[in-house]
Amino acid sequence: MTITEDPAPKTTAKPRRARYLLDSERLLGPALVTPAVVYLVLVVAYPLVLAFLYAFSDVTTGSQSLHFVGFQTFIAAIKDPVFLTSLTNTVIFTAISQILVVVLSTMLAFVLTTNFRGRWFVRFLILMPWTTPVALSAVIWLWMLDSIFSPFDWFAQVLGIVPPGGHIVFLGQSGLAMGSVIALQTWRILPLATVIMMAGLSAIPADVSDAAEVDGAGFWRRLFGITLPLLSPVMTVALLFGIVFTFTDMAVVYVLTGGGPGNATQVLASWAFLKGINGGDLGVGAADALFMFPVLLGLAAVMLRLASRAEVG
Amino acid sequence: MAVVETKSLRKEFGAAAAVDGIDLVTGEGEYLVLLGPSGCGKTTLLRLIAGLEQPSDGDVIIGGQVVTHLPPRARQIAMVFQSYALYPHKTVFANIAFPLAAAGVPRDQRPDKVRWAAGRLGLESLLDRRPRQLSGGERQRVALARALVREPQVFLLDEPLSNLDAKLRSSAREDLKEFQQRVGVTTIYVTHDQVEAMGLGDRIAVLNEGKIQQIGTPDEIYHHPANTFVATFVGSPPMNLLTREGTLLGFRPEQFLPVSVTGERPGQVIFEFSVIRVENLGSDRYVYGHLPEVDPGARVIAKLPSTVTTPVAAGDRVPFAVDGADLRYFDQKTGELAAGTPKVKP
Repeated sequence: MTITEDPAPKTTAKPRRARYLLDSERLLGPALVTPAVVYLVLVVAYPLVLAFLYAFSDVTTGSQSLHFVGFQTFIAAIKDPVFLTSLTNTVIFTAISQILVVVLSTMLAFVLTTNFRGRWFVRFLILMPWTTPVALSAVIWLWMLDSIFSPFDWFAQVLGIVPPGGHIVFLGQSGLAMGSVIALQTWRILPLATVIMMAGLSAIPADVSDAAEVDGAGFWRRLFGITLPLLSPVMTVALLFGIVFTFTDMAVVYVLTGGGPGNATQVLASWAFLKGINGGDLGVGAADALFMFPVLLGLAAVMLRLASRAEVG
Repeated sequence: MAVVETKSLRKEFGAAAAVDGIDLVTGEGEYLVLLGPSGCGKTTLLRLIAGLEQPSDGDVIIGGQVVTHLPPRARQIAMVFQSYALYPHKTVFANIAFPLAAAGVPRDQRPDKVRWAAGRLGLESLLDRRPRQLSGGERQRVALARALVREPQVFLLDEPLSNLDAKLRSSAREDLKEFQQRVGVTTIYVTHDQVEAMGLGDRIAVLNEGKIQQIGTPDEIYHHPANTFVATFVGSPPMNLLTREGTLLGFRPEQFLPVSVTGERPGQVIFEFSVIRVENLGSDRYVYGHLPEVDPGARVIAKLPSTVTTPVAAGDRVPFAVDGADLRYFDQKTGELAAGTPKVKP
């Protein structure tokens, strides 16, 4: 081998002072954090402070004057019989929809992580509900569950559940209305949960599943002994997200049933909106909404704990 | 204990064959090493034997029974993975007990069995730990105990030492060999490390491009390579290969010594060695150069043990000798060992 004395080619780049400005942590850190802080203050902190302020006052949509009234708004909120119905409904709505989401998203994640033809298309279809605006999907479901034009009626007629020409009044009977609201919420939350579960499944090392197979475990033992335990941290995250989104949701109820029939599907969020905005009693409305606060605070604490544990582990 | 056999086993991924018609028979209780570069198909072959992959063609026979289409759990095998694949959420005890539970061993009989397996690998004090609390060597022993506990017919080991540091690796290699001799179970061991292969194997199967290049004892593989691939893959530095009169001439670097050391002996072949560079590695000196009279284009390495103190320096032309019996001849086109031994004149 011969080594020639060939000088390296010259370039004309000049060092620029400004280019290194962002290398300074004193500048870069605040610069990156500021947008998030501004966003949080405007969209989260300010309304939250306002809600606390309103909840202890006699403010209405009609008057801007604030008078401190102590816990009167909370007492008024609890005394309203609809409040208890809303609270119970919120818990039922959240619990049943999230149980369904956990079971269904696990099953879907298993199916979607296997190899089959047209997998991307099926994944696309399943992700669609997530990308659809809630108002639009609720309107679609409103039609699907219509008391006269519902396509489900046709299936029910064919299957002999209702007599020919008969109808199911989905949104007009309290049990069916609650079922419909839960079904729509499950349908909405399922895609996100499925994506999270798919990520969790693909994070389980292939060697570990292979080892279980060689160790003699059949499908069920692998599922309950290895896969699900390894999936459980991710499942917890998906579940926490689902609970937060569902517990605080009012869009589904508001668009689909408006809380009816009667107040059979009323949830805390929709009730607070009804009371505070439509009814004009901002103080009681804020108090209603604040009853969600301890639950959300608890969930947030659990989430932060999980996140910090994931960082350490 | 059982004999493992593969019959024209093939596995294709897309158009490429990862395992391309492999016929292999182990001995009973034998330690067989599959050696080859990465991507040669050795791990795929092991996974086919384990039942983790389905062959495109051919059969796997374990203990006289065709198991080609049986799931892994029906094959009476145990496997140790490169990553050890311990169950991270289970304790060492539960990890070792898992195959027993899967095999339907009654709950009250499991602890004795687990302690027996743990005892053989010195894990008694670690049974309550979780995998992430263990060192690499301890994890490897847990993986072995988990493989041992069911008393399988066959052990399959997939590069179990590659995640250990160099020092631990040599002691673990000793442990593995001793362990296999004690339990006497037929073992198939995959590695790309020739030192492991030479040290552990009763026999070595050298693989390349999905095909077996040669099966033989470490001695046969090293001293009588079947082709130029085996000759250059096994041995460090690899066998010297020179073109001469239409054939390839090969000899090992440590068999190429200065005549001043070997002395003039009948049957030896003497070459003039033109030295380009000398590397002193402490225990050995590697002398790089070429043989201008034979094949000036081919690089030749001589490996001189530190006991040889003859001064050799870059630019020197020194007479070096190889014993005629140590010369190997290969077909220049196919690379296969040439039939017969052409007469060589110095």
